[in-house]
Amino acid sequence: MSLLEIKNLYVEVDNHEILKGIDLRVNAGEMHSIMGPNGSGKSTLAQVLARRESYNVTRGEVSYDGKDLLAMKPEEAACEGIFMAFQYPVEIPGISNAYFLRSALNAIRRHRGLDEVDAMDFLPMFREKLKLLDMDEKLMNRSVNEDFSGGEKKRNEILQMAVLEPKLAILDETDSGLDIDALRIVAKGVNSMRSPERAIVVVTHYQRLLNYIVPDFVHVLVNGRIVRSGGPELALELEEKGYGSMEAGARQPAPA
Amino acid sequence: MRKQETKNVITELETYLESFSEFEKRAAGRNLPWLRSLREDAFARFCQVGFPTTHDEDWRFTNVSAIARTPFRLARNGFARVSQKELGPWRVAGVACQLVFVNGRFSRELSSMGNLPVGMKVNGLGKEIAGNPTEIEPHLGRYVDTQRDAFCALNTAFTEDGAYVHIRKGAVVEGPIYLLFISSAENSPSMSHPRNLIVAEEDSQAIIVEDYVSLDPGPAFCNTVTELVAGDRAVVAHYMIEREHREAFNISTLRIEQGRSASVTSHSVLLGGGLVRNNVHPVLMGEGGECLINGLFVGNGRQHLDNYMLVEHASPRCDSRQFYNGILDGNAHGVFHGRIIVHKDAQKTDAKQTNRNLLLSDEAQIDTKPQLEIYADDVKCTHGATIGQIEEDALFYLRSRGIDEVSARKLLLFAFATECLDRMKQGLVRKHIEGLINHSLFQVANTRAEARANSRKDEGRSWEEMG
Repeated sequence: MSLLEIKNLYVEVDNHEILKGIDLRVNAGEMHSIMGPNGSGKSTLAQVLARRESYNVTRGEVSYDGKDLLAMKPEEAACEGIFMAFQYPVEIPGISNAYFLRSALNAIRRHRGLDEVDAMDFLPMFREKLKLLDMDEKLMNRSVNEDFSGGEKKRNEILQMAVLEPKLAILDETDSGLDIDALRIVAKGVNSMRSPERAIVVVTHYQRLLNYIVPDFVHVLVNGRIVRSGGPELALELEEKGYGSMEAGARQPAPA
Repeated sequence: MRKQETKNVITELETYLESFSEFEKRAAGRNLPWLRSLREDAFARFCQVGFPTTHDEDWRFTNVSAIARTPFRLARNGFARVSQKELGPWRVAGVACQLVFVNGRFSRELSSMGNLPVGMKVNGLGKEIAGNPTEIEPHLGRYVDTQRDAFCALNTAFTEDGAYVHIRKGAVVEGPIYLLFISSAENSPSMSHPRNLIVAEEDSQAIIVEDYVSLDPGPAFCNTVTELVAGDRAVVAHYMIEREHREAFNISTLRIEQGRSASVTSHSVLLGGGLVRNNVHPVLMGEGGECLINGLFVGNGRQHLDNYMLVEHASPRCDSRQFYNGILDGNAHGVFHGRIIVHKDAQKTDAKQTNRNLLLSDEAQIDTKPQLEIYADDVKCTHGATIGQIEEDALFYLRSRGIDEVSARKLLLFAFATECLDRMKQGLVRKHIEGLINHSLFQVANTRAEARANSRKDEGRSWEEMG
């Protein structure tokens, strides 16, 4: 059984059909990359998997770990082990990063029948993760993402992933807007999370990130459909030829 | 153009006349000529002015006709009915002292006077009027406006008891002085007019908390006035907590007289009450004074919570800050009216005003109004107001990390309220208030979740419509 199995998924946002029949299987231990031009539906797919309610699934099914993902609320999906790193992490004034992360961790731990972590034990528990992402501990006392630089926000997403230890992580354009140093740090964080029990789906526009995070599978999403799937070499082909060649293919019905 | 009627004819004038003549016969200090004329003048003025209507600019958003139409009688003392045990939930541990007032009347039996530090005196105002009138006379009624303000006039007419707090020159009282006001309607419309006098002499420091609670539901009208005199360089923190029953009317006025380089902070936390009007009126009399007016109001159901500030800069180089945050759900109606007057000689005034609001339902309403009157030329005055909803993006972000919807809403509401808490000094009072706010927001977050789950019920008429 695959960890994630998407079958013939159609999704509308504001009465526009964005996803037009997605099929995808992701097994534990695998790293997948979903690539595509702007507006192809990459982020929509990520948001649907994180259970954003304003996205309307009109057809298809998604099973996650043998359960119906589409019946879950966002918090239920998170507690079941799904994590999405946001393309645009949200600023929340008035809630400290540490408090937020501890609340999230404890919600998930409660769901798994584990003891909650108190404020004293919390920071020491993941000091190494902060170090891995080259993050200053002081950031933890600041409001969530407030006045963080672009790079700090993205690293904060990866830190959350590292602390919450999901089974399925979806990274939505985590690379965009990062300079090369920040990109390396983020990639290091992501690579450290690879494990046989965990699947990672990297949504990206550019091939650049894939120089640092090497996926097992690459899927090309164009106009709401996966038009090609292949190994890591597909990303290189894209780099060379661009999406143009694939877009031509997109006018044909998607391969069954 | 015909002048619009800006006052209500006092329909219950008979009742007030009866109450007043009865009151005059038995009130403490009735033999003191100055007090007698203070009361009589104020009552005459009340009868002339009448209750305000919404045509009065200061009352544009708050309709008090429900108060005007109700035949309130002076509340009986009701001490006998209140037991120590009943007070249990309202007790606050660790305070310097807790004075208890039942329907405005001081109860020494119910109060815990604690070990009061040297240099301070607290007592019932009535006892001081009777035993020590020369100390009271120079201050009582010298600061509030009984000419224009009907509620202050009414309070002054019925002035008899409340809290008297005196901090002597240079004394520093670290523990909070906690004043608990319990109102009880006893099944018939009753009113009380607590009158507090707080005198903090030069270089003194004190923390005062006024906490308004109800013992039982019913139409109780609490019309309270506090005169706070902060001498030169005095540092005073004043907290007002309103958490009465939803049928209660509460009109409160805090009139602050600030000396040179005095620093006063006023924190208002309005969580309860049906129709609430909180006036905060500092006058910065001495040069270099500082005044922070901080407030939070959380309303749902049919609550009407009106925050009215009048900040008078009467001397140069004074700073004033007003920060109010409002959270409104259901059919609640909030008002923020921030008036700043910079008098002619008050050069180098620095005044700032910010009001931020969260509306959680389509029916909730906020009226926010800045009003700056500047008669000096070298001043800095700024104001700003925002009205918004809980951001869906923030909500989704929290939920996507595993935090359930009610908790996520509560977190976001609390974050919003934290801005106000952060302006209170760390310590006992802040902790206490944090607990009260937390409780209120949890209820709001829960009802919000229910409201989303069920179809919306009609929560009835608002105070406006009842007028």
